Amino acid sequence: METIQPYTPKEIMTIMAAREIKNGDIVFSGTGISMLAAMAAKNINAPESVIFFETGAIDSLLEELPFAVADPRIMYWAASNSRLTDSFATMQNKITGDKVIAILGAAQIDKYGNLNTTCIGDYFSPEIRFSGSGGGCDVASFVPRCIAFMQHEKRKFVEKLDYLTSPGQLEGKNSRKKAGLRPGGVSVVVTNMGVMRFDKDTGKMYLDKFYPGITPEKILENTEFNMDISTATRADPPTQTELKILRKDCDPQRLILG
Amino acid sequence: MTNSLNKVIPLKQAIEQYVKNGSHISIGGFTINRNPMAAVYEIIRQKINNLHLYAHSNGTGLDELIGAGCVSKLEIAYGGNGKAAPTCIRFAQAIQNNEILFEDYSNYMMSLRFMAGAMGLPFLPTLSGLGTEILTKWGFSRAMRKSDPKIVDEKLIVIDNPFGNWTGASKVVLVPAINPDITIIHVQKADAMGTCSIQGLSFADIEQVKASKQVIVTCEKLVDKEELRQNPDLNQIPFIHVSAVCHVPLGAYPTAVFGHYDYDSRYLRKFAMAAKNPDEFKKYQDKYIYGVKDHKGFLNVVGQKRIDAIKADPRTGYAVNMKRD
Repeated sequence: METIQPYTPKEIMTIMAAREIKNGDIVFSGTGISMLAAMAAKNINAPESVIFFETGAIDSLLEELPFAVADPRIMYWAASNSRLTDSFATMQNKITGDKVIAILGAAQIDKYGNLNTTCIGDYFSPEIRFSGSGGGCDVASFVPRCIAFMQHEKRKFVEKLDYLTSPGQLEGKNSRKKAGLRPGGVSVVVTNMGVMRFDKDTGKMYLDKFYPGITPEKILENTEFNMDISTATRADPPTQTELKILRKDCDPQRLILG
Repeated sequence: MTNSLNKVIPLKQAIEQYVKNGSHISIGGFTINRNPMAAVYEIIRQKINNLHLYAHSNGTGLDELIGAGCVSKLEIAYGGNGKAAPTCIRFAQAIQNNEILFEDYSNYMMSLRFMAGAMGLPFLPTLSGLGTEILTKWGFSRAMRKSDPKIVDEKLIVIDNPFGNWTGASKVVLVPAINPDITIIHVQKADAMGTCSIQGLSFADIEQVKASKQVIVTCEKLVDKEELRQNPDLNQIPFIHVSAVCHVPLGAYPTAVFGHYDYDSRYLRKFAMAAKNPDEFKKYQDKYIYGVKDHKGFLNVVGQKRIDAIKADPRTGYAVNMKRD
């Protein structure tokens, strides 16, 4: 019988995102769990991946976990400390941009993978105002692959966004191309319940993997829009090796894993 | 913006001279790093109001200025204060309570807008934002834009690539230039003429400075011209752009200065807690801003213990093993 190592929801999310990162990728990272996923990938499956921050630091040593993309911890032993105009040019430029995979968070996502990081309610007079785009809109406009990290809740997986900050597949089909965007944007969604991807033709989100102990039906219950679950399979749980590296080498003080 | 050999003046005087009610202003740094906080607190003490603030990813300085009621219009990509407040609290409240006019952009758009200003261009193109509400939702109405000569008539404009499909782009977004009345940055080293050497990431400081009509530089170390001229490769800002230089050690506290000190996560948390409650916030401002004469006075209230706790390790440039709340 298969034995599954005990793990927390944060740990399986981190490992699932890390598995999306390929050797040689340039990983556009935020802070928190997204940075941990980038570090896990580097230590487990993609040793030649490079962590990159919108503030302009590339391949920083990260002896300590940074808490912000402007944390002085990302400036130590970087290949280069540059500036915003350079970092976004690296992503807009296809030569380097095509190697970039981004990890983004959001308050809301719709069935086409468009993200809202701006507000809940009316834009001009919102119930809740969030930080805004930052570099999220830029990277989702430029690069071929973005991972959205989300808690799987109905109020976050919505039929209609309160504000479209960062582009996924816009309205599906060829709407990204029609708008003038390159192919790309949000291409995979990793939550505490499963992994979602987007249909090549329709651009709609479908369930690819559900975690051990979670059913596809439970994921649908926590999603406001309808989603194809017919091809979903159970995710391979984190292995002992993956968990060991994540815990011992990436976040030994459990600053992010909790 | 002169070539005078000595631009060193006290910070209080620099703010009085260059920051006016209604000024269009930008401040350097990024979220919790290298914000010109001494200057921000001085602006607040001088009760300067009706500012039009241009921000890419701003944090502590932005939230203090908004919290103190100094800002009436804001163009911004991101307002966050690190772990203490992933969304700046007074910024969010000001928008939720309809206290300021605001307009959203992305970080690259704002950086390019400063760059266009620095280059003397009316706009620059980018491929960012197509299909998003950043293009379609305007915070400033067309009528207001028309009536204010300091605000551009259109927010953003999409055009077909005038070079056909060259480089594979069918459309581009044009972002209009920003030329602030005044930009204030905090740097590690400056000389009396205003040449600056920034260590670590420069964020968009260089573009902000070069786009601006007047520039105040506050610095950790005021050094001899000879020291900076020995390594011109390390100097990002030549003196020709700078109007005034103010020597303010710990001038970015409570935000970080690479190689000198870390952010004070405890102070930032205290600020975030106070910002949530009007009475607490007033007490906070009275104690740390209005109740002191200048930045030295502020640092006295903060206490040497905190200053020692955030001192940077010379090897890494940050405070190794600092307890971060």
